[in-house]
Amino acid sequence: MRLKVNGVERVLDLDPRTSLLDALREHLRLTGSKKGCDQGQCGACTVLIDGRRTASCLTLAVMHEGDDIVTIEGLGTPLNPHPMQAAFVAYDAFQCGYCTPGQICSAVAVLAEIRSGIPSYVTADLNASSDLTPEELRERMSGNICRCGAYSNIIEAISDVAGRRV
Amino acid sequence: MRAFTYQRVSTPDEAVDAARTHPGAKFVAGGTNLLDLMKLQIETPMHLIDVNRLGLDSIESMPDGGLRIGALVRNTDLAADPRVRRDYGVLARALLAGASGQLRNRATTAGNLLQRTRCPYFYDTNQACNKRQPGSGCSALGGYSRHHAIVGGSDACIAVHPSDMAVALRVLDATVETLRPDGSSRTIPIAQFHRLPGDTPHIETALDAGELITGVTLPAPVGGVHTYRKVRDRASYAFALVSVAAIVKDDGSGRIALGGVAHKPWRDEQAEGSLAQGAAAVTPRLLAAPRPTSDNSFKVKLVERTLASILAERKS
Repeated sequence: MRLKVNGVERVLDLDPRTSLLDALREHLRLTGSKKGCDQGQCGACTVLIDGRRTASCLTLAVMHEGDDIVTIEGLGTPLNPHPMQAAFVAYDAFQCGYCTPGQICSAVAVLAEIRSGIPSYVTADLNASSDLTPEELRERMSGNICRCGAYSNIIEAISDVAGRRV
Repeated sequence: MRAFTYQRVSTPDEAVDAARTHPGAKFVAGGTNLLDLMKLQIETPMHLIDVNRLGLDSIESMPDGGLRIGALVRNTDLAADPRVRRDYGVLARALLAGASGQLRNRATTAGNLLQRTRCPYFYDTNQACNKRQPGSGCSALGGYSRHHAIVGGSDACIAVHPSDMAVALRVLDATVETLRPDGSSRTIPIAQFHRLPGDTPHIETALDAGELITGVTLPAPVGGVHTYRKVRDRASYAFALVSVAAIVKDDGSGRIALGGVAHKPWRDEQAEGSLAQGAAAVTPRLLAAPRPTSDNSFKVKLVERTLASILAERKS
């Protein structure tokens, strides 16, 4: 099968059981996406599929032929980081770093979701756009668990990228 | 995960054909619940039919003022649709109360209805569970049952349905549209879609083997103030202890459905008649003859208080 990852089309021969996460990590050696719980609860495996954040452990690689997949490796590089990667460094938004690639992919998508008018559970008025408040960001980032508890710095990093210091 | 063969189909007819010719097949759309259960070998389909490319992913306005929601509309897209936000706020709120952003982006309307209970004894293959293995018993009875049913349960099963979306669809009187393996279509009122456990808790819905959900329709908007209040052990990304979907009109009358209390979304249209008299009046009728466990008897009072809070907020 063909899988388009970070702008490059790759040809893979996979068992149908292979999760997208395992295809990325074990077959394409893109080990930035992490396997935390492998059941969709921790968010460490978050990647962007056609721009939307997805738990790559809970979907099969074979279901994504033709989709545009972006992993943390595709967002930026050490020499040319994505603004969200730079902000995570600047705000010390991690400790051990294991959840960080998922946090960053998720955070990039959260800002896109707010820009495109997708509401959240804490959005007061369903018919208005959401404000970029810490409460909104916390609710929207709840699918990414950080065992080191860097949450407050993560919210500061995302808020900075969004252009609103808190 | 057990080995399976994989097939991608492009029309609903092809999907039901594939299911008919492959006994033990399952449809997969978002896969957020099915693949999790396959990893644990609780679900062991021989054949997986990928229905993601059937084109059932649009939301259409109907001549009667209602909406027809394609089976494959993702939870995120349904909650963000301007018509849903404006006219069916209880549905948007319920969807946004469920799971996480990552899961809502994949999870579909049909798949949400078909998700299975998160009862820990269903998930733990070392425990007895009549739903996972009919006739094996129920470890939840006498086990840790804080999250379990308080109404409609049986001696075979006290699991609850985990969906938030389905509770809102129940209060909105939605209808499920399906395509059967013989090519005929039918509609199932949401009230009859999910079943109580009885002595066959492994049979969870009215669907026949190989029957495909093609869409969900909503009647014309009914107005009123729409609320979905979910009470849970943490503020986000957790299943409900109790949830209340409510549509309340200016005169205090309205509709209510409950999540987290039964094997299906819980509603009693007769009991709703006393909604205008307040939560203390309606709750004993809504939860007539409850059978809580010692772990979850608090839910009876929690339903009343959650409802009272919604009604008080509406007045203020």
